[in-house]
Amino acid sequence: MKSVFIRTTINGKTYELDVRPNMTLLDFLRDELGLTGTKRGCEVGECGACTVLMNGQAVNSCLILVPQIDGQEILTVEGLAEGEKLHPLQESFLDHDAVHCGFCTPGMLMSAKDLLDHTPSPSEEETRAAISGNLCRCSGYQQIVDAIRETEDVRSQKSK
Amino acid sequence: MADKHKIIGKSERRVDAWGKVTGRAKFAEDYTVGHQLWGMVLRAKFPHAKILSVDISQAASLPGVEAVLTAKDIPGSKTFGIVLKNQAILAEDRVRYLGDGVALVAAASKEIAERAISLIVVEYEPLPVVSDPEEAMKPGALVIHDEKNEFVHHKVRKGDIEKGFAEADFVIERRFKTQFIEHSYIEPECVVAELAEQGGVKITGSVQNLFSSRRSVADALKISLNRVQIIQATLGGSFGGKDEVMTSMCCRAALLAMKTGKPVKMVNTREESMLESYKRHPYVMYYKWGARKDGTITAMEIRCIADGGAYSSMSPFVTWRSVVQATGPYYCENVKTDVYAAYTNNNYTGAMRGFGSPQVNFAIESMMDELAEHVGMTPLEIRLKNGFENYAVTATGQKLNHTVSLKQVLREAAQAIDFDRKWREYRGVKEGEKKRGVGIACSYRGVSLGAEGTDAAETIVSVQTDGSVIVSSGVTDMGQGAQTQMSQIAAEVLGISMDRIQFLNTNTSRVADSGPTVASRGTIMGGSAAKNAAEKVRATLLEVGAEMTGVEIIALDLADNYLIRKNSMERLASFGELTTACFNKGKPMIGLGWHKSPPTSWHEEEGTGEAYFTFVYGANAAEVEVDTGTGKVDVVDFVSVHDVGKAINRGMVIGQMCGGVAMGLGYGLLEDFEIEDAIPKQLNFDEYLIPTSMDVPRIKTIIVENEDPAGPFGAKSVGEPTNELAAPAIVNAIFNATGKRIYEIPATLERVLLGHKLSRSGKRGSEQKNSLDSMMVESCKNRGEKG
Repeated sequence: MKSVFIRTTINGKTYELDVRPNMTLLDFLRDELGLTGTKRGCEVGECGACTVLMNGQAVNSCLILVPQIDGQEILTVEGLAEGEKLHPLQESFLDHDAVHCGFCTPGMLMSAKDLLDHTPSPSEEETRAAISGNLCRCSGYQQIVDAIRETEDVRSQKSK
Repeated sequence: MADKHKIIGKSERRVDAWGKVTGRAKFAEDYTVGHQLWGMVLRAKFPHAKILSVDISQAASLPGVEAVLTAKDIPGSKTFGIVLKNQAILAEDRVRYLGDGVALVAAASKEIAERAISLIVVEYEPLPVVSDPEEAMKPGALVIHDEKNEFVHHKVRKGDIEKGFAEADFVIERRFKTQFIEHSYIEPECVVAELAEQGGVKITGSVQNLFSSRRSVADALKISLNRVQIIQATLGGSFGGKDEVMTSMCCRAALLAMKTGKPVKMVNTREESMLESYKRHPYVMYYKWGARKDGTITAMEIRCIADGGAYSSMSPFVTWRSVVQATGPYYCENVKTDVYAAYTNNNYTGAMRGFGSPQVNFAIESMMDELAEHVGMTPLEIRLKNGFENYAVTATGQKLNHTVSLKQVLREAAQAIDFDRKWREYRGVKEGEKKRGVGIACSYRGVSLGAEGTDAAETIVSVQTDGSVIVSSGVTDMGQGAQTQMSQIAAEVLGISMDRIQFLNTNTSRVADSGPTVASRGTIMGGSAAKNAAEKVRATLLEVGAEMTGVEIIALDLADNYLIRKNSMERLASFGELTTACFNKGKPMIGLGWHKSPPTSWHEEEGTGEAYFTFVYGANAAEVEVDTGTGKVDVVDFVSVHDVGKAINRGMVIGQMCGGVAMGLGYGLLEDFEIEDAIPKQLNFDEYLIPTSMDVPRIKTIIVENEDPAGPFGAKSVGEPTNELAAPAIVNAIFNATGKRIYEIPATLERVLLGHKLSRSGKRGSEQKNSLDSMMVESCKNRGEKG
């Protein structure tokens, strides 16, 4: 199969490379770039473990082919923290015990970031809807919902 | 009492969570080894068939293929199993379910491995399938293994049921049925097997019970246990599910690695995972109770049949818990319980969170509500009338010598949901598009393995010269938080903060065989061993502290990262100074902690015994809204109350409670791993539906703490009890709303609306059927056979 040239930004870093056009973004991230924080759960877009942000919007990376990210900006869980400083969502997940086995966590965080970036002070209903495409078998979702809604930025928004 | 502990009881951050929010945590599939090969399995074409021949020649000659193996290539034991050793690593002459493996391939890439699999030619002689366990037990049924299909019969006997039924004013007799449940851990199975430098293999994988997997790999390769090292990768959920399915994957990858001399990685797709992995047992349950008009139960006669599927797996243990707990936490002098398991050609069934209790609890708690109806009491009143109290004697003849908090948890749950008032109010509502109802359910549950087997565990606490600490254990963390609670226990004993502790994933070559991490035994066993280990190190540190300071040991303590004078809290040395001194004096700073459970007993023939060394108590209350036009049930409110002895980490206990309820809600309302004529119908999350964030309501959690001397700091267990009550609470709430009782779960729209299931079977040419057919045709083609 003929390879395709793409130029893309992933976690702030620009890549220019030739890719196999039938490769999914998920495989590309994990197998080509070694960004294994993004998880493979179902490969049919149902579990949400592979969720990343494409231009700020949460997408299932198992449903995106690499040529589609040409000219686009991708953010994965590895790009959330700034150096050693965790993103407020990550801190909040730690404080609310929203991380159990942790397999859904990267995808959950990315869906949550999409939500908070667009809806700074979400209701419980909005929060539940935003993560409804991310399956979690451990937590019953409650601590995740609380973690998202009580993230530092959200709290400061509320107090304004 | 509340200030007694510094770390115990607090919602400390999990020790493993930082890696999980940053993407740093390494799950099995995140491991890549240089020059690794892809391992792949050819699975059965029919759920039941004789294998006449396997031709691997074409596959083996494909460039890039390094090995093609069949059962003949296994040097040692070709089968494994924790009780009955009858599960095939690769089927040799017969396949017994659709998930059976027939051949293995190792190739340079996934694509080549896939192609090689399609070139293997297997000639089968299909056999009739047995897919109903009750049919399987009948005389003359086709036998799936060597003898008869019935491979378990456990019993409990107490008093005289004839006499009990004679004393009854009325008898209630019902049949209940439950479904197959897929564990649905979000991480599919994966291992990487490499050759070990001194011979043998090293396997890194998503394995729950490393020691039983190690034993099977050693047997299959015919090598000693010390030459098989299994390291647990960070585990993406298990719920009892990554046991035998991982054992077979470990064996297969190890065989390929040994054959090729190269590292071999195997990963299941979700479809492979659902097709091959074992499920929660479906039960058919016949309950017959005799009772008096005042609500006293005079006799219980119970018969349960579990579908064991193709292999024995954990069925003997799962059904044993069922037989012990089948009467619920209720007084009854005359009991006869029989629980059977039978082989079928369905997916084999084994351990899943709850382990034989969710099934019987559905029946018991439904019966209890029916009894209440008969005698005109509320569901709460009937339970308070019949429920166990301190020193109650169970159906197995065991006297309960701990705090029996059944009524305490029941009252807490009822009060939190305003049960009696709502129950009466909703009952009176005749008409309406949306009808509300409340339901309650309670249980008692034996802690840890009980008389199932040897119950002991090791935890190691190793203090470093700078005062940092490494903890490791034979008890594994699958996401439930075992590492964190063991760390908290060690930190409490050593008087240090949690940031000083690093926990290592379990490695079979570095800790003692601690049995399986099942039966909610992580805290009580691993935690007790952690306490024991930390206390050994503490004794050494205090001894050195006394020498250093000239203060008597008895006047010293460790707190807030310091050696202190107990009375004045005066800081005498930092923890780091103390550990350096300890090192310089050549004192051991490693504590090997071992915990053996108190004795239990079981008399299989008499059906009596001291089944478990202690029990936990829980109650759930649900409020539902039923759409009377569609049968859709929404759970709008939920209360979960559990006596955990002592919450080591409150946040984690709440997490277990919410997660357990969510899984129980799926059990009661949504999930059904349908198997028709031994062919599974759902193989991914597009069709097998587990609860999403929109299905689970906000859950009120109430932690009750009656400390138990059997556990560390009084802690008992929480993982499984939280999962065993939601379904009956919901089903009872549906009855309160509609006046109709559900005898078979899940309570799907059609069962709630019509009282029976609408079958998806038959030749109706739906998309589902088409896709299944094409899958079958495709797989026939792939296997180089005529469809």
